[in-house]
Amino acid sequence: MITLEHVYILAGAMVLLFAVLSAADRRHLGNALFWGLLSLSFLFGSHLSDFWNGVIVIALIAAGGFGLMHKGAAKTTTPEARAQSAAARGNWLFVPALVVPLAALIGTLALKNSGLMDPKQVTLISLAGGVLIALAGCYLWLRPPPLSPIQEGRRLMDTIGWAAVLPQMLASLGAVFALSGMGDAVGHIATQYLPLGTPVAAVCAYCAGMALFTLVMGNAFAAFPVMTAAIGLPLIVHRFGGDPVIMSAIGMLAGFCGTLMTPMAANFNLVPAALLELPDRNGVIKAQIPTALLLLAANTALMAALVYRF
Amino acid sequence: MWPLLGIVVVVAGFALRVNPLLVIAVAAGVTGTAAGLSPVRIIEAFGHAFAANRFVSVVFLVLPVIGLLERYGLQERARALIGRLEGATAGRLLLGYFLSRQAAAAFGIPFGGHAQVVRPLLAPMTEAAAETQTGAALPDKQRFWLRAQAAAAENIGLFFGEDIFVAIGSILLIKGFLETYGIAAEPFALSVWAIPTAVLAALIHGTRLLLIDRRLRREAERP
Repeated sequence: MITLEHVYILAGAMVLLFAVLSAADRRHLGNALFWGLLSLSFLFGSHLSDFWNGVIVIALIAAGGFGLMHKGAAKTTTPEARAQSAAARGNWLFVPALVVPLAALIGTLALKNSGLMDPKQVTLISLAGGVLIALAGCYLWLRPPPLSPIQEGRRLMDTIGWAAVLPQMLASLGAVFALSGMGDAVGHIATQYLPLGTPVAAVCAYCAGMALFTLVMGNAFAAFPVMTAAIGLPLIVHRFGGDPVIMSAIGMLAGFCGTLMTPMAANFNLVPAALLELPDRNGVIKAQIPTALLLLAANTALMAALVYRF
Repeated sequence: MWPLLGIVVVVAGFALRVNPLLVIAVAAGVTGTAAGLSPVRIIEAFGHAFAANRFVSVVFLVLPVIGLLERYGLQERARALIGRLEGATAGRLLLGYFLSRQAAAAFGIPFGGHAQVVRPLLAPMTEAAAETQTGAALPDKQRFWLRAQAAAAENIGLFFGEDIFVAIGSILLIKGFLETYGIAAEPFALSVWAIPTAVLAALIHGTRLLLIDRRLRREAERP
């Protein structure tokens, strides 16, 4: 059966090749070090002890945090050559690009209970399969220089740079926060200092708390148990008689409004900014803030209107 | 209360634009130490979570495919395609993507993504549509603003669609959490109560996306 571990080995091999090509490219030794460390984590992360995984992380932070990495200058085609190739190959160019998401889609729908792959990870495994199919097709059709998919992948990976590991880093910081009793501390402050005397005030505090705690943790999943145990269940449900299902469903969505506004949600906000080569790493967040604030107000109003009615 | 110092470190670090990797390391050290954890214990907790979260980074596997296709003119082709489409504007294009992303997510259909769709297809198409609209090359500021809007459409569509799908992580998390407090919650009931917010998200963000065209027109008319 194919599991996530096989996907990690594939990803580790890819990142290792990025490292090797960076090292061959003399001026990019910092990048070679960084991608080399990341490939270690992918390839051996499941077998190393927690401590040695932690040591890899510290090395990654040192390599990425002190300016050792540079934008890659991987060789690619000129704009003129691209325009010419685009005109010659037409809309067929979209086909390999669409194979990857389509494979993820079809795999998720069709192979979930096939016994071929871990049913819990079927989307990621299918995505990896789609990548291999698309690459095989590209080799047959475009006949690129053999290493060019890796060179071009490295070009994009270097565009993202150290931001590539931020989502994993921030999730790990969240784990340390949780282990340190951050949730209790925040819950304590919330109940101590927020005005919670009326049903509507409790709803406002709960929704705002979800958004704020998500802003800090970068993830509504981390905020939900804390805020719901501190404010949601004792006040909205038990004291004022609100419906726990409506409260939870809308409360989680209030948290998502926080996700839209925080650099801590790196995979949604910072990595795309790097991938799109925006000069302002908060550019995506700025585009989202007006919607996030309006929706937070809307969620609060919805909860206040619905939670005590059903 | 001292573990909260980690939050102060994060906020200050991001505000002062220190490299986020260093901010994270310091915040983890400060919070863990304040909570009485030994340095080894902090490193172990961090290393364990980092390895357990590798699945977040699997999406980078698509980069060789996208990069290779870019080498052969994918972005140029995406621009050309949208340029020939009658009546395609940046705002309408983003609105179309946003609504279909939201609808697909509501049915649990994984289709989209920043590396898979936004960078290679949606962003260049949006830029090309805006150039057709204004009849001129885009100034950098507008180009970056439109790219950010493309990423935002992807995020907002996903976030406020996926919670309608019963088997999504957040619904299962809520169900599990309420169960530990002795409250039985049907996943279906949870997903139904995500619908009002989804509708409001479509209205609010949809309106903002349509206003993009107006802003492009206004900025083009300005001398």
